Amino acid sequence: MNKVLLGSESKRSDWILLVAFSIVVLLGPYILAPFGAGYPDLLQRFAIFGIFAIGFNILLGLTGYLSFGHAAFLGVGSYTAVWSFKLLSMNPILALFFAMLLAGVFAVAIGYICLRRAGIYFAILTLAFAQMSYNLAYSVLTPITNGETGLQLSQQDPRAIDALFGRDYGAALPVSDLFGIEMTGYPGFYFCGVILIIAFYISIRIFRSPFGMKLRAIKSNQNRLNYVGINTKPYMLVAFVISGMYAGLAGGLMAVTDPLAGAERMQWTASGEVVLMTILGGAGTLLGPVLGAGIIKYFENIFSAFNEALLMETFSFLPAGLQETLVAVLSLFVGKGWHLTLGIVFMLIVIFLPGGLMEGFRRLVNLFTRPPDQGKSERAPAAQAQPAE
Amino acid sequence: MEVFLLQLLNGLDKGGAYAMIALGLTLIFGTLGVVNFAHGALFMLGAFCAVTFNALVSMQQVTLHPTETTAWGTPVEIKTPYVELWFGDFGRFLVEFSVPVSILLAVPVMLLIGLAMERGLIRHFYKRPHIEQILVTFGLAIVLQEIVKIFYGANPIPQSAPPSVDQALDIGGLLGFPPGEIVYPYWRLIYFLFSAVVIGAVFAFLRYTTFGMVVRAGMADRETVTLLGINIDRRFTIVFALAAIVAGLAGLMYTPILSPDYHMGMDFLVISFVVVVVGGMGSLPGAVAAGFLLGILQSFASLNEVKQIFPGIDQIILYLVAVVVLLVRPRGLMGQKGVMET
Repeated sequence: MNKVLLGSESKRSDWILLVAFSIVVLLGPYILAPFGAGYPDLLQRFAIFGIFAIGFNILLGLTGYLSFGHAAFLGVGSYTAVWSFKLLSMNPILALFFAMLLAGVFAVAIGYICLRRAGIYFAILTLAFAQMSYNLAYSVLTPITNGETGLQLSQQDPRAIDALFGRDYGAALPVSDLFGIEMTGYPGFYFCGVILIIAFYISIRIFRSPFGMKLRAIKSNQNRLNYVGINTKPYMLVAFVISGMYAGLAGGLMAVTDPLAGAERMQWTASGEVVLMTILGGAGTLLGPVLGAGIIKYFENIFSAFNEALLMETFSFLPAGLQETLVAVLSLFVGKGWHLTLGIVFMLIVIFLPGGLMEGFRRLVNLFTRPPDQGKSERAPAAQAQPAE
Repeated sequence: MEVFLLQLLNGLDKGGAYAMIALGLTLIFGTLGVVNFAHGALFMLGAFCAVTFNALVSMQQVTLHPTETTAWGTPVEIKTPYVELWFGDFGRFLVEFSVPVSILLAVPVMLLIGLAMERGLIRHFYKRPHIEQILVTFGLAIVLQEIVKIFYGANPIPQSAPPSVDQALDIGGLLGFPPGEIVYPYWRLIYFLFSAVVIGAVFAFLRYTTFGMVVRAGMADRETVTLLGINIDRRFTIVFALAAIVAGLAGLMYTPILSPDYHMGMDFLVISFVVVVVGGMGSLPGAVAAGFLLGILQSFASLNEVKQIFPGIDQIILYLVAVVVLLVRPRGLMGQKGVMET
């Protein structure tokens, strides 16, 4: 089981990993209930950002290209999905199809330009494109994006396909539905969950494919690959587009569970968030990004709900002076201050554990399962800082 | 013509801010080889030095007027800053000129912050991949900005320029245009001059002092300089602190133009990276030139006449320029070969 979790590369262990992952996702409401996260809204968010991070990992983890602009694709996906709801039908599958398609087209255009440069230049180019998209969505493209108000459904929307089949949503604003099942609450979560499992499966296939191997080769030494006679550009572009489509899918799912889209989804801090997720969990690992996404979204929703009163109650068993001091200190890190915790945790991870939490697990497992002498020699290379490219 | 001149002026102060931040970023690239995503946070910390100083000097003693009362019969309160009670005219000067005077506070503070940052964190990332440098400094930027938010709250805190220069100057009149055509706030002119002086000082420091010569030699070939028996690491630490001071001063003097809030650093950071890339990584003159160029371009793009032809161009001009420049001249306007290209 450990070998499976830590990504040994055999067909059998991949299947075990996939099945275990599916079981965890599908039983999510029960498993996460004791942690106070068993409600569908949050579970949906876990799944959506899990998909976003899985896609991002294909670019960052496999290819080694750090993009600071993936929120742009998320936004494109959201807007497309809402437009699909408005113009065609409330069917989420159709919306997701168009979201992925358009995000993919965007990714081809942006990737084609950005991938001419590597490293820091690439990061800044993607950042520039994302900021540009954000500013466009916020002001210039108001007819399409509805500017700062955000794009919403309305009763006057044509919904051509729905009208064709004679569906009428009456006076209420419609909710997206999959052949009659409304995409809210648990059905909404399970829809996202199933897509998350499919996305995870596809990412396993990419990791294990010859294409995935080429991406890894690009990460480790692109020059050598070029000398061997392989043109790396198309592979990088495909990786970029795939990750962009994942982002578009995630953005589309956001619109499915809550049919509105706003420009703030495209801001560069949103791109930073997915970078944090991937790094926190472990870039280049299969499970890491999903784990990172889950943890950050958990922080955001649960940690930020802690207020001083709740803390006082938690520590009521302590003497009064100590209680107040402790609460005063802790309240800086929870509630509104949860970003501080996030920043600190993130820095600690990058400084001490560049491989992310998955690397931490690996070290722990090695510590307990290997004989001491063997474990030492195995761990030594991992503990060293990675050399500069 | 008047409009042209006015927009040129408008771009200068913004360009000055961009140029100062980009100069620091480029210095840090060139010397330490580190991509510092926390540089915007340093800009923001500088601005909050001004806020702190202002809060300190304008602490007031509240007394009641002996005879006068308000219309409701309650005594009139007299608020006097303590510094004015203690130091008289000099105290009043301190309150009114709190923004420029706070440089005295900001320089040592930014120096300490810069030294602490380099010694405590950046130093350990010299040999690590640029991606990890970006990530750890990005994390640091989040932490710094959250700490500022805890102490100062999330709302912008307006700072005022000294009253004697808080008006507008009729530049057009001076240059022979009809009076009142081109009026321009004094403070923005002062900011531009200030940025020119600071940038000039940094260049002079690097050009004409022995220390600067060694630093430039270290930028070109670190190993050889080390072999000559020079402790280049210590000098680079000082260069980092210098960059932090420049960023801090840029933020401090900008406060009367833009009320400081906790996320101003992130806003400027993105733009200043664009500036650095357009100017060419590792090129100090490139960073300065691109800073002013982009500042001025941005102010021209915000002209109504331009906006009618290309709506929203003012929002995206910087990024558009960056993309075009990188496609045409991949190393930026004045970039050198081999800097940050892996």
